[in-house]
Amino acid sequence: MKKSVFLGALTIAGLAAGAGSAATLDDVTARGTLNCGVTTGLVGFAAPNANGEWQGFDVGVCRAVAAAVLGDPTAVEFVPTTGQTRFTALASGEIDMLARNTTWTFSRDVDLKFEFTGINYYDGQGFMVPRELGVSSAKDLDGATVCIQTGTTTELNLADFFRTNNMAYEPVPIETNAEAQQQYLAGACDVYTTDASGLAATRATFETPADHVILPEIVSKEPLGPLVRHGDNEWGDVVRWTLNALIAAEELGVTSANVEELAAGTNNPEINRMLGTEGELGAMLGLDADWAKRAIMAGGNYGELFETHIGENTPIGLARGLNAQWTEGGLLYAPPFR
Amino acid sequence: MSETHAETTRFVRTEMLAEQDPPITEKGVVKWTRENLFSGWLNVILTLLSLYVIYAVLSALLPWFANSVWTAESLEGCREALGEQGLTGHGGACFSVITERWNQLIFGFYPTELYWRPILAFVIFLLGIAPVLFQSMPRQALWASLTAPFLVYWLIWGGSLWGPIITAAGFGVGALAYVLVGKAAGNIVGTISAILLPILFWLFVTGPFVAALSGVLPLEITKVESNDIGGFMLALIIGISGIILSLPLGILLALGRQSHLFIINKVSVAFIEIIRGVPLIVWLFTASLLLNYFLPPGTNFDLMLRVIIMVTLFASAYIAEVVRGGLAALPKGQYEAADALGLDYAKSMRLIILPQALKISIPGIVNTFIGLFKDTTLVVFIGLLDPIGLSNAIRATTEWNGIYWELFIFIGLMFFIFCYSMSRYSIFLEKKLQREHR
Repeated sequence: MKKSVFLGALTIAGLAAGAGSAATLDDVTARGTLNCGVTTGLVGFAAPNANGEWQGFDVGVCRAVAAAVLGDPTAVEFVPTTGQTRFTALASGEIDMLARNTTWTFSRDVDLKFEFTGINYYDGQGFMVPRELGVSSAKDLDGATVCIQTGTTTELNLADFFRTNNMAYEPVPIETNAEAQQQYLAGACDVYTTDASGLAATRATFETPADHVILPEIVSKEPLGPLVRHGDNEWGDVVRWTLNALIAAEELGVTSANVEELAAGTNNPEINRMLGTEGELGAMLGLDADWAKRAIMAGGNYGELFETHIGENTPIGLARGLNAQWTEGGLLYAPPFR
Repeated sequence: MSETHAETTRFVRTEMLAEQDPPITEKGVVKWTRENLFSGWLNVILTLLSLYVIYAVLSALLPWFANSVWTAESLEGCREALGEQGLTGHGGACFSVITERWNQLIFGFYPTELYWRPILAFVIFLLGIAPVLFQSMPRQALWASLTAPFLVYWLIWGGSLWGPIITAAGFGVGALAYVLVGKAAGNIVGTISAILLPILFWLFVTGPFVAALSGVLPLEITKVESNDIGGFMLALIIGISGIILSLPLGILLALGRQSHLFIINKVSVAFIEIIRGVPLIVWLFTASLLLNYFLPPGTNFDLMLRVIIMVTLFASAYIAEVVRGGLAALPKGQYEAADALGLDYAKSMRLIILPQALKISIPGIVNTFIGLFKDTTLVVFIGLLDPIGLSNAIRATTEWNGIYWELFIFIGLMFFIFCYSMSRYSIFLEKKLQREHR
């Protein structure tokens, strides 16, 4: 965290220069490819397959934006970024947008001068325990030994959670997720804690995943979303509304399978406005009328992306939970297309 | 002569006995074992302990290798295949990840249909470097070696052949300027023009020239972006460019540090100490993060090129110190002898000092090169997908999540092959250049 604030300070210095060439949308159109920052590899969110094509939930957002802006979901140059390089890469203009499971925090938004264009995954810190311990709630963890990555916010969240619940714990400090996996399986700790999506992905790699349970309590808020540079609101709008279009499409029942058919015109004016058969929404963004249709066709609507890459039918097997539509008890709530 | 003696002698051997084998305990395996392994109670204990350790390690490793699965599609598949043999997931290695991602680990995201290009480039590199490495090759081949870097660049990155040709012509301009201007206006002006003219040539003439020539005769092959280069290809490109470029630069720096000219001396010292005093990872971060701010916005200065420059500068500072060690080891008489022969600075260095100093420095130089080659894995921290970076990326796919040892063993083996070859070459060269027996 300290490191990212320091790098952020550098970032600000560069921003003055970066913001000078504001019209990212024009740059992207002229270049013909979208430079999209992703992780160097995170299960379910971004990873290259055997043919070298990037795939994943965050990658899906990049492809949707490329489809909306350039009409081609493959016109993306994926730039792998690490936790250290991601913010500078964005601030210096090396990438046009960052879709790299980055938590939306106050300091990143305000101090580092970035613009979070929405939230594509609501994550939070969770706990995983062996099933044989018979624990069903994190409140039963008094006196447990906990594997925890040092120097992360998860460490602080853990301390807070145990203190507010008047429980004691013994931390087992570890460095990386890989090490945590080994330690936890070897029985060096009773509990492993990190972001819930990470827990699910880790559990999926175990030989017998069913022997481990992820407890229902989530003890921190980690809203992850794509971000762009401060000061180029037109480009920010394009990314924001592309994501909103994916979310709204799920709510309105528009899928990659039926979008072609629905784009011919429907009785639902909001679908019509979004898909460009009514109104001028595309032109307002500086795009053509079909932008949202292409974004949805790229990888499907939000629900389809979720199911393909991290949903319950994948080895990672994440439930929708907070990431369900607001109509189904989740937090996804796209503003109206009007 | 005493009679007595003759009487007591009952038997006189008339022929030699046939040679006998030494006792069984004094020869062959038994002797060697007794002397080396069981020559005292302490050694007996140590031997038994070592044997137990070797047994323990091998009994765990050998079945793991022997049962390895080579054809599964995913870690899950590996575990199933092992399960069918009645083994747990730890009973055998899952080298399927190597067979499945072999291309990626070697070439990164280089387009599959163009794999022949980096392979051909590697062959050209080997052919080009051979006359440099082995003196038994014909000396004329060195001229052909000079074209190798340009060909290799063209094959890997593609584009128009005219780019590399015209860039190479820039060096020709430099050489010509050195000879012609040097003759007309003296050595110093010649040297300066040999540096300045090619730079002007590259800055102003190359662009339009290449465009014009490409218009007439394209000679173009598909362009490949640096972003698509990864895996061992990336490690090799960074490592080899760093090695080849840092040696001359390092020698110049070492000579600069010995120089009596104030500015040259101080600049060399400052350069060496500053570059050497900061960790490589910091220079890599500088290359990837800070340079972005100093360059005008919109400049697309290839990240790989930036990394190569930083690695080269870093290695050259080390080489400079190694070579300085070699220079310092030469007896003062050698310098004086060179002066006494009436040789100028350049000639005395080229003919007398450097050949000896470099010979002394060979182990140190190769040591630095091996270190440099292995240090290329540090680029993983700035988001370049070298073999280590790719192993993380491969592990991030749902198929291969949770696989560690197989990838690391493969990467380690590949690095070992390259580093061991370098080390053997160094020994070969030292033996060949040995003059102490004379």
